[in-house]
Amino acid sequence: MPGNYLDFERPIQEVQKKIDELTSIPGYESEINKLKVQIEKLKTKIYSDLTPWQKVLLARHPNRPYTLDYIDLITGEFVELAGDRAFGDDKAIVGGLAKININEEKSLSLVIIGTQKGRETKEKILRNFGMPHPEGYRKALRLMKMAEKFNLPIVTLVDTPGAYPGVGAEERGQAEAIARNLREMAVLKVPIVVIITGEGGSGGALALAVGNRVLMMEYAVYSVISPEGCASILWRDSEKAEQAAAALKITSKDLHQFGIIDEIIPEPLGGAHQDPKLAAQYIKQAIFKSLGELKSMTSDELIEQRIEKFQSFGIFSNQ
Amino acid sequence: MPTNGKPESKMEIPGGLWLRCDSCGEILYRKTLEQNLFICSRCSYHFRISAKKYIEIVLDPNSFEEYDQNLVAGNPLEFPNYADKFGEAQKKTGYQEGFIYGRGMVNKQPIIFGVMDFAFMGGSMGSVVGEKVARSIRKARFEKIPLIIFATSGGARMQEGIFSLMQMAKTSAELALLAQDQIPYIVIVTNPTMAGVMASYASLGDIIISEPKALLGFAGARVIEGTIGEKLPDGFQTAEFLQKHGFIDVVVPRKFLKQTLSNIIEITWSKNRQAEEKLDASAYEVQ
Repeated sequence: MPGNYLDFERPIQEVQKKIDELTSIPGYESEINKLKVQIEKLKTKIYSDLTPWQKVLLARHPNRPYTLDYIDLITGEFVELAGDRAFGDDKAIVGGLAKININEEKSLSLVIIGTQKGRETKEKILRNFGMPHPEGYRKALRLMKMAEKFNLPIVTLVDTPGAYPGVGAEERGQAEAIARNLREMAVLKVPIVVIITGEGGSGGALALAVGNRVLMMEYAVYSVISPEGCASILWRDSEKAEQAAAALKITSKDLHQFGIIDEIIPEPLGGAHQDPKLAAQYIKQAIFKSLGELKSMTSDELIEQRIEKFQSFGIFSNQ
Repeated sequence: MPTNGKPESKMEIPGGLWLRCDSCGEILYRKTLEQNLFICSRCSYHFRISAKKYIEIVLDPNSFEEYDQNLVAGNPLEFPNYADKFGEAQKKTGYQEGFIYGRGMVNKQPIIFGVMDFAFMGGSMGSVVGEKVARSIRKARFEKIPLIIFATSGGARMQEGIFSLMQMAKTSAELALLAQDQIPYIVIVTNPTMAGVMASYASLGDIIISEPKALLGFAGARVIEGTIGEKLPDGFQTAEFLQKHGFIDVVVPRKFLKQTLSNIIEITWSKNRQAEEKLDASAYEVQ
């Protein structure tokens, strides 16, 4: 996939090209092996020292696994459920009843909900580029209430540029839909584990992210505004997005240091898209770990822990 | 989720004896305008007013006791130029932050009252605004008295990054607890209330009131126009537009705000309390 190398991955691409060329000619095995060692070293070097903007690019990588990819890789069974029972079904948010196999005999039942991007043009449009409308948030809330009713834990997977800014979205109350989710999620009686898998785009991401545990994939980003939006408002120049990405402190490492997220889920070298199966394995382990920690808590304790967590966020002093 | 745009300076009330209405262009005498609660006598345009002014308009004289006035923001991201902008806003407004709250009376009925000021960095919500809104909600819950919040905001304060975003969840979680305790929460959205504030506590009132023609919504008009590639129709995202679509209970001119609020408090709360004490069936008998 030559088109899918990011700019900063060019040195890797060059070496890979050499390897590909030599592979077609017999007798170069030792040369190829040397190049393979070289490429691994190069990858380790490049990916261990990414700038915030480079992480943004990885979080938005066109080959990055999306919610339905992970659901496919993680769950044994998945029954997708549609609609908000009021207006329609938003394809930018998917959700349903799921079973994750723990071992050959045991499995975990839960509700999984996530934002969904599309890969080819047609699907991108169907999924509205992963930007939900109010009916998407209302569907999500309906499924979360169902989880509460049947005493199932909730896992949300978040990868969205943000809630959709459009005429219909405003007419149908985008702000109200998000606000309501924030309020209702705070007091749900079942465990909620949130995983920011790609882009955590502002309020549109937060509306699925009020959890007892909030985890982030290593190269995911989570921000109050996109770097482009920030640059264009503050500096009237969306070209300064790279600068804004650094100033906004949006990487998993930053947010872990701030105490906003609980854990970073590691990604395969070079990003989840390099090895989606391995990435899904890491996610599965993280879900088991988090739900295991929450298992012994009563519903009152879950609500208290969740609310106290969000009450604690903020930096200020009394002068 | 800040909106894409700075407050337009022409919207703020300039000094001087005479000023021009932003909406109809009428030249207005400042003193008269002030007596008229900064509403244009010709076209009823509501000028943007300060937090202090709303306290004057809505609360009984000298009934307001402010809480937590000295909470000040940190600069957790060490965001470029934030400290300067913040200092300027403090100087300009005389407040420590963009949200003021305390205890007060509306026609002798005690309430917790909070109000934002757009002049303070576009009414943006950072850690302190979020924290003070949360505390006002908690205060109403502990004291068991109604909560009234006047909102105006361009959205989250991006200079505080993720901490600003988290204030949406913090304030909304507090409101969930207030709702469980069945204490009335009335919100008045004023011009403009957008983005992160609209998508949290400003949309969660038991009763949501707006001033006429206030600009209200999630995404800024310029962002939407950029997305759909066309101009938005007149009246899009106004109070009346939101009311038509079912998101605002009532549009109330500034002059009638106090009376409306007083009625709501009395019916939802004060009368309720009295009724609990003694329900006298004979009161319902037809004479």
